[in-house]
Amino acid sequence: MAKSPHISRSEFVKITIGALGAIMGVVIGLPAIGYLLSPALKISKSEAWVSAGPLVNYPIGLPTLFSFTRSKINGWEKTVSSYGVYIYRETEDLIKAYSNICTHLACRVNWIEDEEIFFCPCHDGGFDIDGEVVAGPPPRPLFEYETKVEDDTLFIRIVEG
Amino acid sequence: MAAKILDWLDERLGIKTVYDTVLDRDVPKVNWWFTLGSASLFLLVMQGITGIFLTVYYVPTPDHAADSILYIMNGVDFGWLIRGIHHWGASLMVIFVFMHMLRTFYCAAYKFPRELTWVTGVILLLATLGMGFTGYLLPMNQRAYWATTVGTEIAATVPFIGTFIMRVLRGGMDISAVTLARFFSAHIWILPAVLVLTISIHMYLIVRLGISSIPREDD
Repeated sequence: MAKSPHISRSEFVKITIGALGAIMGVVIGLPAIGYLLSPALKISKSEAWVSAGPLVNYPIGLPTLFSFTRSKINGWEKTVSSYGVYIYRETEDLIKAYSNICTHLACRVNWIEDEEIFFCPCHDGGFDIDGEVVAGPPPRPLFEYETKVEDDTLFIRIVEG
Repeated sequence: MAAKILDWLDERLGIKTVYDTVLDRDVPKVNWWFTLGSASLFLLVMQGITGIFLTVYYVPTPDHAADSILYIMNGVDFGWLIRGIHHWGASLMVIFVFMHMLRTFYCAAYKFPRELTWVTGVILLLATLGMGFTGYLLPMNQRAYWATTVGTEIAATVPFIGTFIMRVLRGGMDISAVTLARFFSAHIWILPAVLVLTISIHMYLIVRLGISSIPREDD
């Protein structure tokens, strides 16, 4: 049979159904993906100076834990997150504020006074008094917050998002 | 009478053919290691049944999840039994599915023409681990919270898109009510749907191709 230059009836139907199917797939599929990813795409950034109380509360040379909570809206729920910041006054005026979140997988570190180490119980990560990694799997030093002192009160700059 | 009913049904459904093909098919002489697939399937059915029972009382919100489970354990008759089976069955299933994979590997049963049985099996292993991961958060207690913190942080170590994957898993930056809701959805709808679909293909292939015999020394 000689090949017709025109597409056949059944070929036309196949192409049309294929094209319509693809359009319907995209029209339904893209919103479905957007629906599932939505909360991950909405990034809320916030920053604040949090008061950590009078500077005299923090002895010189000894990392001291300052805990506080902040609330944030996740979806429909007000989530209260706990924060822990180790305040370390190296000297009278040189103040460091480390996040207690381990840089490995986000467990919380504790200052072990006898060993002079910030120790993470999850995978034996260790950080020295300068926040540098000295043991275990953490890839980075402890996160350091920006600090300021106003009227003998210590403030820590929290940045989220 | 029973035979008559059976014949009537068979004429319309062809159930004897189904029985012969699915259950009465020829199998080579094998050993107990070849029962692990059936054991995994049995455990999956148990998980499905006990899981459906658990949803009668369980509530997937941070405010009520732990309390609703305490109620299942202490307030509901045989609640401890249903949750106990679901809890231990989950661990057993991971072990059995994994041993099933090891047997298939060591017997070289993944080779031609059974490559796709292996591929669907890999999907089933991953879906089973996904069930374990999502189910672990559902009690929403300290252990669940921190395990999910670590688990989603592991996802965040993927180069370039890690943080995005973590956000998608958590439904935001934090582990929140949104996280619990989507883990619950994945645990009772999405992953079970994946499991059932993939098992259908997996079992169709087993019936179609038969199981391979234990390799001999000269194989």
